Amino acid sequence: MGRRRFLTYLLGVPALAVATHITYDSLAGEPAAAALPSPPSVEEMFDIGEALVVASAPTMPLVTLEIGEDGVARMELPRIEMGQGITTSVAMLIAEELDLPLERVVVTCADARPELLLNQMTAGSSTLRAFYDPVRVLAATARARMLAAAAAQWGLPVSVLTTSGGTVTADDGRSAGFGALSAAAADPGLDVGEVVPKPEADHRLIGTPVPRVDGRDIVTGAKKFTMDLDVPGALPTMVRRAPTWNGEFVSLANRADIEAMPGVVAVTTISSGVAVAAETFEQARAAVCEVDASFTPGPVPHEDNESIMEKLRATSLPFLAPPIGAVTVESTYEWPAAAHAFLETECAVADVRPDGAEIWSGFQAPIVAQQKIAVELGLPQESVTAHVVPCGGGFGRRVFFDTALEAALISQQVGHPIKLMWHRADDMRHGRCRPASVQRFRATIVAGEVATLEQRVTGVSTDFRHGLGEIFSATATSLPEGAQQALVNDAFGQAVFLTFVSSPYHFGVYDKKLLELPLGIPTSSYRSVPNQPARGSEEMFVDEVAERLGVDPVEFRHSTLRSERTRAVLDAVVEAGDWGRRMPEGCAQGIGVHVESRSHTAALIELDCRDPRNPQVTRAVMAVDVGRVINPLGLEAQMQGGLAEAISLTLKAGLHVVDGLPLEGSYSQYHFARQKDFPDDLEIIIMPPAGDPMGGAGEVGMAAPTGAIANAYTRATGIRPHTFPINHPVDFDPVPPGLLPPPAFPEG
Amino acid sequence: MPVYGFTLNGTDVTVDAPEDLPLLWALRDKLGVTGPKYGCGIDVCKACTSLLDGEAVRPCSVKVSTAEGREVTTIEGLADGDTLHPVQEAWLEQDVPQCGYCQPGQIMAAVDLLKRTSSPTDEDIRAIENVCRCGTYFRIRQAIESAAQKMG
Repeated sequence: MGRRRFLTYLLGVPALAVATHITYDSLAGEPAAAALPSPPSVEEMFDIGEALVVASAPTMPLVTLEIGEDGVARMELPRIEMGQGITTSVAMLIAEELDLPLERVVVTCADARPELLLNQMTAGSSTLRAFYDPVRVLAATARARMLAAAAAQWGLPVSVLTTSGGTVTADDGRSAGFGALSAAAADPGLDVGEVVPKPEADHRLIGTPVPRVDGRDIVTGAKKFTMDLDVPGALPTMVRRAPTWNGEFVSLANRADIEAMPGVVAVTTISSGVAVAAETFEQARAAVCEVDASFTPGPVPHEDNESIMEKLRATSLPFLAPPIGAVTVESTYEWPAAAHAFLETECAVADVRPDGAEIWSGFQAPIVAQQKIAVELGLPQESVTAHVVPCGGGFGRRVFFDTALEAALISQQVGHPIKLMWHRADDMRHGRCRPASVQRFRATIVAGEVATLEQRVTGVSTDFRHGLGEIFSATATSLPEGAQQALVNDAFGQAVFLTFVSSPYHFGVYDKKLLELPLGIPTSSYRSVPNQPARGSEEMFVDEVAERLGVDPVEFRHSTLRSERTRAVLDAVVEAGDWGRRMPEGCAQGIGVHVESRSHTAALIELDCRDPRNPQVTRAVMAVDVGRVINPLGLEAQMQGGLAEAISLTLKAGLHVVDGLPLEGSYSQYHFARQKDFPDDLEIIIMPPAGDPMGGAGEVGMAAPTGAIANAYTRATGIRPHTFPINHPVDFDPVPPGLLPPPAFPEG
Repeated sequence: MPVYGFTLNGTDVTVDAPEDLPLLWALRDKLGVTGPKYGCGIDVCKACTSLLDGEAVRPCSVKVSTAEGREVTTIEGLADGDTLHPVQEAWLEQDVPQCGYCQPGQIMAAVDLLKRTSSPTDEDIRAIENVCRCGTYFRIRQAIESAAQKMG
């Protein structure tokens, strides 16, 4: 690094109120007159974001900001940019406090820093909730030091100095840039008075629409993802995997044949299969397809969607309220496994040498990755560097690091740097999936009001053995070693469920329970974790209850919502979307609301079901209240992303498991929404801030449109869907298990 | 191995490769041009969309031998030095990207569409099959319409 950097601070966090303010605001809303009040849920008292903020706070002092002689402010953020726009938002916070042009702020993703403990996992829509205060104080401190340095040089009081555009200016006209002041500003003896971030009323950048700071790199092809990195000598590598989920490698019958194939440089075996390193990825793919290997059958070689659902139905926890005839409403909604299907398939670069290792990958939880990879390689932890590379979508699956571990082991065995990439077919089939779930509801109605509402979620276990992102909590969640059915993992799952999922209504006695069934299926959290299926289904059930009561679904929600903020987003979409307007036969509107991570959302969807095999979302109006908005452009983008998820998961994207492996192996088979599926009539309403604490944004946009799409479908067709996605045929010829499809050359 | 020569983003290059090596891997693994992204390998996700003699192709499913003597343009070759192509400008103005991985392909698909028609219809835009897992489709549509106006 040729550039000299002078100013590097440790953040004075102990003076900061960065620990969570546990909010009771949502409890304070007056109960609606027409509803039986429900007691607060765990989530309302302490949500998952607050848990992650608390976990992050103790090590915030270790996060630093640098200002070099070039006058550029740099921060290595201990989180990963996955498309959610955090590097832009954090750069905005820094630019605001420093009075520095945004283009002179550079925010990058920090390598794994084990000393940060629980403060380096990107999850729970919590990044800005965790960093809003610390980053502003840090940047305000840097600004104060610039002022103090200039005051000392010029013999002037700070009171006659101002900052603007990265320059300190005195009232006598003298000025100096931050770069020129950086050395003096770093003097520990400098007298810097009390540092207070700007009052929000003075914000000129925060809260305004700011385009992505990495936009130009993206549109010119300059942005580097993991497989784009130039790690000298790194060999393209692919793995032949088992024909069933979690099958383990047993034997390889034709090693010499594979080694003799064109371009092949090395062949080795790991527990997940046979790795082939070659001169090009196509040569690795072709060689992998010729591998003659045997595998163990894995834990679920005979399971399929129906057998999994049958197990979930059979183990669902009982309801407490007895069914009492006409006043009981019951319903069930079933969701199959889903693929994260990020565009950038699982991948990692590894350069393992006898005395140390470097790994590059899109880590959502790099510390535990570094720690566990070091253990597996038999290297001291400090000799393993885990570089966090901005990734092509994460959606929850990149909290795990299976691919980075595979890459490290392969590199160690072949004695060469390698770049391991999963083929799309393997990414969809063997990548950890969102687990299948069954969502059961029972409501009892007394005197025209909902007196009890129970929800029973039964799902295939979500693997949480990444813990809170470092090895101690990860170890706690993975005990006993090797057992999928770890009690601690289930407890972690319960904690996530309780701190993440909450109902926005007053429905009397409210009881939600989760039961997870460990089957040995590779799973991971998926954006919004339990919320999209659990709360999306509840929004459908609310429509069913409203129908039983003979009440308009909007009116019913309006009279039973707990929070005025939720009512306000509902009102916003009802008005902007013209709820109740006449629609052609076969078309209808649907409504849904959702509260998650202290944010409130509503969606009004118009669905055209005139081709019942291909319902189209023709219009969407969404409203969101996140309390405090950093970047409305980024928030709007997250809502659009939530809508794309809802359209896909509700209408057409799901996995068909047959004989222990999903059939789907590409986007022609797994029908994630494309341009033709996304409405060209879209309005996203961002509610003006009203002084509420900041909520999350990255995951909150999925559940409301999920409910609204299904509700519109029912109103358009008269059919209430109970299994999802609504249209889910096997409309393709699956690639044989284990094989990877060849290029689709037009000439064959 | 045979040697193939073509023009890549305005520069003549040669590559030593098997005849049926997909152009994508000739670009990425042999020539170090990483703008075109792998997403499926079978012409389905369209993330690698680039131009061959000015027309959109998916290099994952074009043999390197097919490129012999022709002009290949990847996302890296779209701008004129520091001057962005109007489609790239429109992409920035609409703040289209989220993760950014599919966007080189999306932009090249839009460039191809606007070469074929200066005023694309809704149906033209709906026919673009490039997958965006982040869900940027609405802004892609806005950017294409805006670029069409700029270029029109």
